Amino acid sequence: MKSPFRLERRLEQPRWLNWAIPLLSLAAALVVGALVLLITGKNPLDVYQRIFERGFLSVRALTGTLRTATPLAFTGLCAAAAFRLGVINIGGEGQLYVGAIGASLVGLWMGDSYPVGIVIIAMVIFGAFFGGLYATIVGVLRAQFNTNEIITSLMLNYIAAILLNYLIFNSFSYWRDPRTAGFPSGKPLEKRTYWPSYEIAGVGIPFGLILAVAAGVFLWVLYRRSRFGFEVGIIADSPRAARYIGIRTKWTIIVVTAMSGALAGIGGSSQVGDFAHYLDAKGLQLNNFGYTGIVVAALARLNPLGALFVAVLLGGLTNAGYSLQGPDFPSGLVGTLQGLILFTAVAGEILMKYKIRPNRAARKAALAS
Amino acid sequence: MTDIAVRMTGVVKRFPGVVANDGVEFELRKGEVHALLGENGAGKSTLSNILTGLYRPDEGSIELDGTPVVFNSPKAALDAGIGMVHQHFRLVEPFTVAENVVLGNPETPFVIDTESIVRRVTELAQRYDMAVDPNARIWQLSVGEQQRVEILKVLYRGAQVLILDEPTAVLTPIEANALFKTLRAMTAEGRTVIFISHKLDEVMSVSDRITVLRGGRTVGTVDTSNTNTRDLAAMMVGRSVDFQRVVRNSPARIDDVVLQATNLCGLDDRGRQALHDVCLTVSRGEIVGIAGVAGNGQRELAEVIAGMRQATAGSVTIDGSAVSNGKARSAIAGGIAHVPEDRLHTGLAAGHSVAENMALKSYRSPILSRFGLLKRQVITSQAVDLVDKYDVKTPGTDTPVRLLSGGNVQKVLLAREFSTQPKVLIAASPTRGLDVGAIESVRARLVEAADNGVGVLLISEDLEEILSLADRVAVMYEGHIVAVLPASEATRENVGLLMGGASLEATR
Repeated sequence: MKSPFRLERRLEQPRWLNWAIPLLSLAAALVVGALVLLITGKNPLDVYQRIFERGFLSVRALTGTLRTATPLAFTGLCAAAAFRLGVINIGGEGQLYVGAIGASLVGLWMGDSYPVGIVIIAMVIFGAFFGGLYATIVGVLRAQFNTNEIITSLMLNYIAAILLNYLIFNSFSYWRDPRTAGFPSGKPLEKRTYWPSYEIAGVGIPFGLILAVAAGVFLWVLYRRSRFGFEVGIIADSPRAARYIGIRTKWTIIVVTAMSGALAGIGGSSQVGDFAHYLDAKGLQLNNFGYTGIVVAALARLNPLGALFVAVLLGGLTNAGYSLQGPDFPSGLVGTLQGLILFTAVAGEILMKYKIRPNRAARKAALAS
Repeated sequence: MTDIAVRMTGVVKRFPGVVANDGVEFELRKGEVHALLGENGAGKSTLSNILTGLYRPDEGSIELDGTPVVFNSPKAALDAGIGMVHQHFRLVEPFTVAENVVLGNPETPFVIDTESIVRRVTELAQRYDMAVDPNARIWQLSVGEQQRVEILKVLYRGAQVLILDEPTAVLTPIEANALFKTLRAMTAEGRTVIFISHKLDEVMSVSDRITVLRGGRTVGTVDTSNTNTRDLAAMMVGRSVDFQRVVRNSPARIDDVVLQATNLCGLDDRGRQALHDVCLTVSRGEIVGIAGVAGNGQRELAEVIAGMRQATAGSVTIDGSAVSNGKARSAIAGGIAHVPEDRLHTGLAAGHSVAENMALKSYRSPILSRFGLLKRQVITSQAVDLVDKYDVKTPGTDTPVRLLSGGNVQKVLLAREFSTQPKVLIAASPTRGLDVGAIESVRARLVEAADNGVGVLLISEDLEEILSLADRVAVMYEGHIVAVLPASEATRENVGLLMGGASLEATR
């Protein structure tokens, strides 16, 4: 039995596909998600409506959504930056932890003596530096020894998590609050070091989100307009052509991976400076921001500006999941939906390259028999 | 009982755009080493792939021991006793020799009795004088030993006819001699060997009979004892077609040397020495042709000069100033243009647009970028001009290059390389795979460049192309430049002999 459809290679990729296919992916994920809901005896329309309300339809909902969107924007940019070169850095999770370690270190150290502006800038830079340095391990191994970066970056996520636990739970480190008698916790930062937040029509905008937008615009210009971005594109398209024109491929891999890690690292800074105000070992590991960032990048088709937008979308979904969690809204549902979105987004890439056409021969054969 | 092992009659195999085998006649006697000789593209590999069941012929028949056979798969051919040793090994690197030998053998039981396999493999290896440890893992072995494993694999399956595709291409001379001994031991036991090669010397020393293919047809079969390398070379390259030397407007300015390569040594991708003390000069306005069968160091030579590959010794200078070793940007800045043989994936970035590919070598110049940012409009307008000037047929400058036809791909590449106003142009197989019209226009561009004073290094397997364009012909064989002849002294016969490894004296 032949398939009634066949795939035909697209000669050109029309521009409208760039947004039509992600939307289609999203819709397909919702449809499959609806099936899951039906099987578990819930009304999908009802559930989706509640997600939408709690994610986007009130000032409180939007404030929470942007809170969640901030780290997702950074980890999404982290994944997009590296994926564009063909380096599959899935270590955003660990790079975010290490960024948070760096930012809290400098925040605790400089917090009570230096001007607030300097401290905040130092937190951003240290987060970027720590996250970037951590990712450089992945970049150097890939560039020098052609080590599979998927494996190294994934393994480093576990190491970062263990490091985080060690600093707070298993040692009297600089980061741990010595005053906590019972459950160990991170040392709180000075109030004056808290990152500012802004308000538009009552919706809170964290400082980190503004940084994320700036980073997204920077990345977009870098990849769309700059010489460096052009070289990254050539390496991804044809490594031999890159060698042919003398692009320093190894160096570029290291720089891009470091940059990717730095973005996740700033996400970690923002977790400390914007929200937790201490090194929150448990809280950082609770949300899988790094892994969700991969979904963000995939659905945004590695477009940095798209990633910002998708981060808000998935932020809303995640945020609604927090507030709806309960007996009639299983906590695994949001994760399931995110997984489905990643699935359909990756599948959508096929539609970028191929058209689906009815298979006339098969239909004729079916009619004949 | 007949003494003919295999007879192939009127074999035709067409591929889109080419007829790879066009009525091939081939007869194999039992117990002989039969060489299949021909240039690249003569149809040797297609013929052996038909015999081993990988391809099915469009026309013609195969007889095995006098009975007609049709092989639908390599397995069917192997079951009938025909085994092939491919040029590129098909071995599982982390497995042992013994494991590789029994891999894919349907008689291997579910639970493998390693000991008895090792015993049998050892026995086979000793019988044919092939030193290899059955317990060694493939990645630990030298290339020569890996080849022995491939041979053991087909022997273990009971093959009576062995086909070896360019078996010595990867071997050192000592390893090659050991292989020849093994082949002799096998034919002494009544097995039959087909030995595919384009090296005249070794064909003369190892084979009993030789069948020469050219352009998909059988030129003839001769007894090795009744022929010599000169006759074979003539059969291989043919002498029927007469070609015209291209008329040049301005003669080469000999002694005005622009490219000088001195004692260049270099490695291939596998780390073997591919260039041995290559010395070469190209003068302004001169076309120097590099003739040779593919894989004799031409690609490595082009890449070393173009800075894509590190030279392990020696130097390259342009107009007397040195080009940094292994730095493509230095070579480009020094005025070396390079049309690589792999146009679409080395010379161009196939997924990028025509405009971006036109800027591939100049995007760092102040004309095309400033403060690290590209001037997209200038890049596009430059591409529009070049598309117009070089008559590239493309829907637009933002069309990805991979969508263009072969001839237009080459035009994009040439347009870009000439637009950099080079002093030296390296053109590797610049007309391969193009249609007649495109070939003419590419050749005309090369001549035009030389007329304008560019030193052209033309690397080609197409002898006719070299003889009709080049002012001097250098012949490469096994990483050496074995001779440099002025155009007036270069003929099909002597260049063909040199390409096959004959010495210059032998051609006189």
